[in-house]
Amino acid sequence: MEKSVIEINRLTKIYSSDSRRRVEAVKGISFSVKQGEIFGLLGPNGAGKTTTIGMLTTRVRVTSGDGHIAGVSIKDEVAVKKLIAVVPQQNNLDRSLTARENLVFHAKYFGVPKREREQKADELLEMMGLGQRQNDYVRAFSGGMAQRLMIARALMHAPEILFLDEATTGLDPQSRRLLWDKVRELNAGGQTIFLTTHYMDEADELCHCIAIMDHGKVLVMDTPTNLKKMVPGGNRIELELGEASDGLVEALKELDISGEVSRHDEADKVILSIQGDQSLIAGIMRVIQAESADIFGVRLHQVTLEDLFIHLTGRRLRE
Amino acid sequence: MKTFFALLERDITVLVRDLPEFVVRIAMQPFLFVFVFGYVLPNTGQVQSSYANQLLPGILAASMMMAGVQGTAIPLSQDFGAIKEIEDRLMAPIRISMVVLEKIVMGTLQSWIAGGLVFPLAWIIMRNNLSIHVQSFLTLFVLLFLVGIASAATGITLGTSISPFKIPLMFATIIIPMIFLGAAYYPWHALTNVSWLQKIILINPMVYAAEGFRSVLTPQVQHISQFYVVLGLLVAVVILSGVGLRGFIKRAYS
Repeated sequence: MEKSVIEINRLTKIYSSDSRRRVEAVKGISFSVKQGEIFGLLGPNGAGKTTTIGMLTTRVRVTSGDGHIAGVSIKDEVAVKKLIAVVPQQNNLDRSLTARENLVFHAKYFGVPKREREQKADELLEMMGLGQRQNDYVRAFSGGMAQRLMIARALMHAPEILFLDEATTGLDPQSRRLLWDKVRELNAGGQTIFLTTHYMDEADELCHCIAIMDHGKVLVMDTPTNLKKMVPGGNRIELELGEASDGLVEALKELDISGEVSRHDEADKVILSIQGDQSLIAGIMRVIQAESADIFGVRLHQVTLEDLFIHLTGRRLRE
Repeated sequence: MKTFFALLERDITVLVRDLPEFVVRIAMQPFLFVFVFGYVLPNTGQVQSSYANQLLPGILAASMMMAGVQGTAIPLSQDFGAIKEIEDRLMAPIRISMVVLEKIVMGTLQSWIAGGLVFPLAWIIMRNNLSIHVQSFLTLFVLLFLVGIASAATGITLGTSISPFKIPLMFATIIIPMIFLGAAYYPWHALTNVSWLQKIILINPMVYAAEGFRSVLTPQVQHISQFYVVLGLLVAVVILSGVGLRGFIKRAYS
């Protein structure tokens, strides 16, 4: 897991259609991706994720800075294209061809020998659950099927790095889950995966390392667990009680909790907020029983990457 | 090179699959034209029978031009449209300019197929009124080669500059005028009395294609000299390939 396969250094992209309109989409970002990991670029729409992936995959011309993929400069387009594969957000399958032909022709473009490409097409169609539909034209494919076929196509030439650009956007929840499973399965087999997403749960569940991007800059980069630790307060447990005597609050404080117990009084109930995670719940329940307090509800508030994004930018991811 | 041929094979596979449609699309219009102007009208005495000699080279040029332009412009315009279907081919490990070259080869091929279809068809229908003397097969092949490439290059230029929604408009404003003002249905020298038109249409590569075929198939009809024909076609190929390549690269990157 230690070797870097992607290294980017002050990568910048400025779009300037004319002298007055000048958009700095990516502002000198630097990071590296290790071999064998699932790396996620998380951020709202317009953060510069797709532009970044575009530069790494030779589709967007770099304004300044540099990037290397498996040691090859991204400016050496033909060499880079041999090392990578891209699954785009939009269905760009070849509609004039059948599902199987999409795979086989793709492999031909990469010079994969005949026997190997036929065998690989069989395997991948099976893996993606498309064996039955292999001779159908892709025009009639649903979003989920098209997305799985595009992943199969990307894998036909055994790329060093698989890029997924917002690959689950617009899919129904079931197709999305299925795609997550496939991504994990591939990664378990050693495939390095670079993905962009604006779904924080997707980044959290899939990625070993996440870079959060906003307005063309990388704000933070770390493992999901470490990132969530950056949110002040951390996980919380909320108790909804009929009333809370001082004795109860004191007793709760004596539990092994790191922070404060905050109190919020409402008309017919009191809400206590305790810093900590689920390991505290049993202890809290014992205190409540001992004090014979009325309890209406217990909620565990786990810190999400969304909380981190709000903490960092003051905005929600979807805004 | 493997990648180049794989791209070509993809396009040929798709073309062969749609071959009946391709043949009808390519041959129908020239067939009707030849039938009406080369058979019906001469046989009913409305035009001179020698008109067939002026018509055949023009029809050949027009069909080849149409096929090459359509064969590249329409698929390219769609490929670069909303869905960017061409993306997977742009991601193939090959320089982008080679993808353009592949498209030119493919367009040229379609143009030749069209020529190969329309020539015998026209000959069968008009054979009683025709007198063809091929001056030089070498010149004929040079012309076929240049006309094919010129048509494909025109197609690349149009296909990369026009959105898929505007294809009908492209036919109305560019392709149809190119054919009708391309000396296909009349020899260029016949325009002496309309000299402003005669001069303007010299920017149309179609003129050189039609006149070129006249010079080699029916030299008895007055025609532009072969030197200017070849020069005109070469200039068209160079300019249109350059503009097409630029347009393609502009569309391929963002």
